[in-house]
Amino acid sequence: MFGYLIKRFIQMIFVLWIVSVLVFVMMSFTGDPTYMMVPLDATDEQIEQARRILGLDQSHLVQYWRFLTNLLQGDFGRSFVFRQPALQLIMERLPATLEIVFLAMIMALVVAIPLGVYAGAYPQRAGSRALMAGSLVGISLPGFWLGMVLIFIFAVKLQMFPSSGRGPTEVIWGMRLSFLSWEGFRHLILPAVTLSIGTLAILMRIIRAEMMEVLRQDYIKFARAKGAANRFVLFKHGLKNALIPLITVFGLMLGDLIAFATLTETIFAWPGIGKLLVDSIYRGDRPVIVVYLMFVAFLFVVVNFLVDVAYALIDPRIKVT
Amino acid sequence: MATNMPAAPSALRRFMASELAHNWLRSASAIAGSIIILGFVVMVTAGPYLTAQNPYDVRQLDIMEAFKPPMWLEGGTGQYILGTDQQGRDVWASIVYGSRISLFIGLAAMLGSALIGATLGLVAGFYGGRLDTVIMRIADIQLSFPSVLIALVLMSAFGTGVDKVLIALVSVGWVVYARTVRGATLREKSREYVQAARVSGLPNHKIILKHVLPNVLTPLIVIATIQVGTFILIEASLSFLGVGVPITQPSLGLLIKNGFDVLFSGLWWISVFPGLFIMLVVFGINLLGDFLRDELNPRLK
Repeated sequence: MFGYLIKRFIQMIFVLWIVSVLVFVMMSFTGDPTYMMVPLDATDEQIEQARRILGLDQSHLVQYWRFLTNLLQGDFGRSFVFRQPALQLIMERLPATLEIVFLAMIMALVVAIPLGVYAGAYPQRAGSRALMAGSLVGISLPGFWLGMVLIFIFAVKLQMFPSSGRGPTEVIWGMRLSFLSWEGFRHLILPAVTLSIGTLAILMRIIRAEMMEVLRQDYIKFARAKGAANRFVLFKHGLKNALIPLITVFGLMLGDLIAFATLTETIFAWPGIGKLLVDSIYRGDRPVIVVYLMFVAFLFVVVNFLVDVAYALIDPRIKVT
Repeated sequence: MATNMPAAPSALRRFMASELAHNWLRSASAIAGSIIILGFVVMVTAGPYLTAQNPYDVRQLDIMEAFKPPMWLEGGTGQYILGTDQQGRDVWASIVYGSRISLFIGLAAMLGSALIGATLGLVAGFYGGRLDTVIMRIADIQLSFPSVLIALVLMSAFGTGVDKVLIALVSVGWVVYARTVRGATLREKSREYVQAARVSGLPNHKIILKHVLPNVLTPLIVIATIQVGTFILIEASLSFLGVGVPITQPSLGLLIKNGFDVLFSGLWWISVFPGLFIMLVVFGINLLGDFLRDELNPRLK
């Protein structure tokens, strides 16, 4: 196990290094950031000077080396637009994103588990077929479009929920969070529902498939033969074993939620890191894009590592080498 | 392959006699999916004949006709079934023309991904060694990131354009093919018929193309079908964010973006109908894809 951890850890570092190279290469192709820095009426001399300060007069290799050593020292550069450290910008906006991502994840789990168990236990019933068709619709619709439809119905027409923005927040452990006040929570609902639909649909299908697989096993037949109550068989014996493979999709789920948060946040003007990324792309704010990518890569790599370790710990049949 | 079989009945007749066709005609969802896809293809190909207006010919637009609601609402006219947008453009006509771009991107990106991915998978699986390690490592790293995010970041570097969207989609799409084909190739490589071909002195590239490839194609059909839908959705997302297709070639996603700007004034039809169309066509593709997966994947039977 220890050897496995070391091996995975080295892999993590390797992946992050590759990502840093890719990010650097891509950013080198996105045009010259000098013009973001200098005033419009700058002289050629001033432009030259700005290029020197940014290090753009050096070779790409030297530039990459500087980029990498800066990253390792925790210096991610300053935003061209906000004139403050890019990492700080990300960290300020992270709680807002985590809030909708986690709420969406909880909503998806709470709805998908019972529906998935039902559809897996009684696959022939009309209700199960309807659920499967519904989940296919959920996978097929563009999430951002659903968000717009929700805004139109619940914010513009019914005026039940606010259409955009984050509303009041309260500070806990240095993080600004919305869900603590009713008004803040009201702002959270539509974005979280929008974000959760795709994940909900996929989760339900996975749980259904796992349940159908598990319910075929001998120990389920045995539990039924022994006269255990149906509910007990389904949830205690069935669901418990069906949920284990779900751990492996946790990383993917989180990744998708964070990726789709860029769209959801854009629609609801939700001040998270996704909207920051989209805004930075519009503005050509290169340092912020770089930090976003490195941060998200770091997050995914760590989460995938934890998922693998957790899976190896929970299921002893998985051989870790 | 038909050329290898002398006196074979026509391909269509052989297909209709197959188990796949038999089950297809008995699956309501497969038929529904096929009808949706067929309808969409007809709509896309017959495009200009279905609409009275060419929404991109400025001379045909009349600003006085702007903001007309769908025909069944008050103020709507039969001339514009689904209403008009800010510039007096017929929403239905925009959808017909936008669908062409969406479907073209979905199909072309799928073909590109399949070609590149399958080639890399065949090579990696057949030759193994360092090349295999490098290709699969790249695939592993890429798979730990969501496709939408990779495509979004690539597009931010490329700028807008149909060709650039295609490159971005192929960059994220090849991985699934490479993995599947590599796995299947590894399995087929050790089979007797490949060994026999080797012994008979056939060069490697011929073994790959004539013997291995036909036997690893089946799972690709399922992936390819579903991927067209996925690509249509990703393209819509990119265009919605303004980093996809240019404004001169609006896809369904860009139509939604246009409509989003006026949604708060209650003009819902400009954005809702293009979204409904995306949903309908991707739903049809997924229905057919699910059916094919159940049929062609013997593991699940």
